[in-house]
Amino acid sequence: MVEFRMPSLGADMEDGTLVEWRVKSGDTVKRGDIIADVDTQKGLIEIEVFDEGTIDQLVIKEGEKVPVGTVMATITPAGEKISSKKETIPIKKETVITEKAKADAKKEPIKQPLKEGSTESHDRIKISPLAKKIAEEKGIDFSTIKGSGVEGIIVKKDIDLAVNMKVESHVEVTGSKKEIATQGVRAAIASAMSRSNREIPHFYLETRIDMSNALDWLKETNKARELKDRLLSVVLFIKAMAKAINEVPEVNAYWENGLKLKDVINIGFAVSLREGGVVIPAIPNAEQKSPSELMTFLKDLIPRARALKLRSSELSESTITLTSVGEGNVDKVFGVIYPPQVAILGFGNIVEEAWAENEAINARPVVHVTLAADHRAIDGYLGGRFLTALKNNLQNPAEL
Amino acid sequence: MNDKTTLKLTYREALKQGIHEAMINNDKVFLMGEDVGRYGGAFGVSKGFLEEFGEDRIMDVPLSESGFVGAGIGAALGGMQPIVEVMTVNFSLLALDQIINNASTLLHMSGGQINVPVVIRMNSGIGSQLAAQHSHSWEPFYAHVPGLKVVSAGTHEDARGMLLTALESPDPVVIFEYTSLLNMESEIQSDSGAVDIHKAKVRREGKDLTIITYGPGVYKALAAAEELTSSGVDVEVVDLRALRPIDNGTIMNSVAKTHRVLIVEEAWRSVSISSEIISRIMENAFFDLDAPIQRLCGVEVPIPYPKHLEDASIPQKEDIVDSVLKMIQNG
Amino acid sequence: MEKEEIYTHPTIDREHGLALLHQMILIRRFEEKSAELYTKEKIRGFLHLYIGEEAVAVGAMQSLTDDDNILSTYREHGHALARGVDPGSIMAEMYGKLEGCSKGRGGSMHLFDVDKKFYGGNAIVGGHLPLAVGMALASKKQQQHNITCCFFGEGAMAEGEFHESMNLAALWKVRVLFLCENNLYGMGTALRFSHSVLELEKKGVAYGVESATVNGMDVLEVKNAVEKATAYIRSTGKPYFLVCNTYRFKAHSMFDAQLYREKKEVNAWKERDPIPTLSNQLLKNKIISQKDIDAVEERVKTEVQKAVDFAEEGTFEPIEELTKFVYSK
Repeated sequence: MVEFRMPSLGADMEDGTLVEWRVKSGDTVKRGDIIADVDTQKGLIEIEVFDEGTIDQLVIKEGEKVPVGTVMATITPAGEKISSKKETIPIKKETVITEKAKADAKKEPIKQPLKEGSTESHDRIKISPLAKKIAEEKGIDFSTIKGSGVEGIIVKKDIDLAVNMKVESHVEVTGSKKEIATQGVRAAIASAMSRSNREIPHFYLETRIDMSNALDWLKETNKARELKDRLLSVVLFIKAMAKAINEVPEVNAYWENGLKLKDVINIGFAVSLREGGVVIPAIPNAEQKSPSELMTFLKDLIPRARALKLRSSELSESTITLTSVGEGNVDKVFGVIYPPQVAILGFGNIVEEAWAENEAINARPVVHVTLAADHRAIDGYLGGRFLTALKNNLQNPAEL
Repeated sequence: MNDKTTLKLTYREALKQGIHEAMINNDKVFLMGEDVGRYGGAFGVSKGFLEEFGEDRIMDVPLSESGFVGAGIGAALGGMQPIVEVMTVNFSLLALDQIINNASTLLHMSGGQINVPVVIRMNSGIGSQLAAQHSHSWEPFYAHVPGLKVVSAGTHEDARGMLLTALESPDPVVIFEYTSLLNMESEIQSDSGAVDIHKAKVRREGKDLTIITYGPGVYKALAAAEELTSSGVDVEVVDLRALRPIDNGTIMNSVAKTHRVLIVEEAWRSVSISSEIISRIMENAFFDLDAPIQRLCGVEVPIPYPKHLEDASIPQKEDIVDSVLKMIQNG
Repeated sequence: MEKEEIYTHPTIDREHGLALLHQMILIRRFEEKSAELYTKEKIRGFLHLYIGEEAVAVGAMQSLTDDDNILSTYREHGHALARGVDPGSIMAEMYGKLEGCSKGRGGSMHLFDVDKKFYGGNAIVGGHLPLAVGMALASKKQQQHNITCCFFGEGAMAEGEFHESMNLAALWKVRVLFLCENNLYGMGTALRFSHSVLELEKKGVAYGVESATVNGMDVLEVKNAVEKATAYIRSTGKPYFLVCNTYRFKAHSMFDAQLYREKKEVNAWKERDPIPTLSNQLLKNKIISQKDIDAVEERVKTEVQKAVDFAEEGTFEPIEELTKFVYSK
């Protein structure tokens, strides 16, 4: 059986409407006979049949519109018995092959611009014009930044990252990417510290604080606590600092063409990383938290900080920074202010030192505290007041 | 006073010497065009040739651009090596069907069976106050067509030598020559001959900025570069020479060196050769750019008749100097 | 043999008569097959059938030698077949296969076979006339005496390139046979709507070119007319313009509803079908028998099927080769 299908008469012919059958079932046809009148966008066209035989079935009806290739009628070829022996004419087999050939050949994209004559990389830093623009606006030194763009170029994303890292480093990583993250951390610190050194006129104040009262209070408080719930002196530092800020709010500000006070006290707590470098998550609203609450907070925060699993908000909110030397035999630390903050408070180790008071000398637990301050925003008098407030707060630990 | 190794001549004379050499070297070469014989060439380029080579080889043709350019293409198919001269690019529009639908396609349509070794020379350019219909710059049109080779003779050396190389090509070559350069004198090597037609050339080395240009822009850029030295600016000038295919290598090397680019052309700005060059630099040397690429092009207006307006419609040496200084100042 | 039975037509012998018949029938069946394959989407783009005009191509080729150049239009399958271009390579070309005469790159409208000096297959109406003049010019310059035969339709005679080419050919005195197949319709526009002067041969005379007309439906008359034309060209070295009055039985191309002409007219022309015109004459003069005709049809059937098989088995050029043939290697 031969299938007669709606013929394609042009590439732009999609379908045809059968207007009239010129044959009926049982008619004999020969090659070249007109089998139907079909209406197309160009007008009425007589359709020829190419086979010899007898019309078997008229499959579609007059008035029907069908796409090219639709079976319109079936013809029993001459000499064949009128029984169904389906012969399908392979339509579009060639096009299938073409598609496949096309798909196979797609490996080599011919339409891609040929990279002829492009230059080898030389000593220039590869930074996209856009990234460079942003870097300049935000004061980022991109010479140490590793680019993540194509061919290792520094792109906007890298600069944005560095901008965030200025205040604190931020990378959400899993273990395996930690090294890359700390590289980024290092780069961000480098960038921020360089800028700080460039732009902020630092001056330094130092004082010694008698920690006797504070340590006694801690001892008493911790007696009633489980080991895991015990408070460390650092929470007293934080709380004392926060309270002191209430009295001298100018230290809790940022500098941007002038001093702009902050209305929240988010103390940036510097956490050192084992691999080197520092992250500075914020302790938000520190003045509202009790030492106990601060301890709980730190116990969650510090491990996360060390694992670089911090939220971006935690890294961008600090208004002033506290840095502590931690373990080791360092008496004092003179910090570098993280722009755009205007101060950083440094705590040394609590050490036993000779203390002169009321004309007598004895040994007391002492901590050296330094204040590094932006001289555009703060002067010695303010700095001194702040340290005095701090000192007083630490003498009254119960009120923290 | 001529150096022993150089020769001083006009652009017109350079063209003439090139055609002459081609005619002498190869019997199959013949010149066909309007007024190339008895008139001595519309621009005096083929003066004396009819007497020297005869009617058979120096053919005056009727005003039938489509007919005679097509015949030139047919003659190339038939085994000859015609130099088809179209008096000006402006008239070549009548022959576009033959050039684009026959010359550029026959190799491809026949599946590689047919070569079309025809050379078509056309005079081009602005500067004689000939108004809108006689002042076109059609380099971008022709440079757009695969199957053609398109070159621009912006110097005397190229006027002397491009034709000879073009005649060696099995493929059709369109050569742009420039009326504004015809009377200009310059020096070429005495043994100047065939020159490459696929490469751009650094006409002047520099380190601060690259000017990329072709045609009449070349000498203007060189003059501007001279003037700029007194401002302490050292400009590199790249003469494209080949408009199809364009020589990426020379361009990118220059961009890598100077990091700043100014493109100069007489053709109208939009959809021009400069549009293409800028795209290629973006594709191939993006990270070598320290500043956005600038371009000085023809102002988009049918070319006007009065001198001051005509001069203002294309880049002049002073415009080039100004643009370069601005680009250097802006960092 | 009764005297009344002898036609006043030019006569022909059996061998030659069968050869002419074979060529015309080959073209006819090949074109019919192409139409069928087109409706089945094996052939795409445009398809312009030569059915009805066979006498012109076949008659003309009898006087053209292997050295002569041939250029034709997009309705050139008949000319290619009559010239001896392999039917398989033509069919493969229309299938877009690498084995086609133009490596599949041209399709139906751009059949080229340089070995047979068959220069297309040109799709711009009138666009190849200047090429023909140029090829003849090249021959002259190289002291070659071959003819360049240029087929075109009456529609092309309205194009500027026709007039420029006639003028140049006459001016330069080159060996071009300008052969116009006047089939009365430029696509859908009848002759009287496109030409101010309907006696087309006058347009040759206007340029000083020797001109004539002939009945294009009779292969023997065409053969004679072209013999005369080529003899003139070869002896004078000057061009000749021959108008062959013919008719295409099918539409301009596949997708054409023929709204511009009446069935009555088509049928009237079909009465003058060149194939039965020749075969009847040969039969009447007892030069051949019906069995001979049947044998030709059988042979043609095989040839056409062979061509289709060749095309079907052909390969498609890999896409990586896309930018080939832009410039010579």
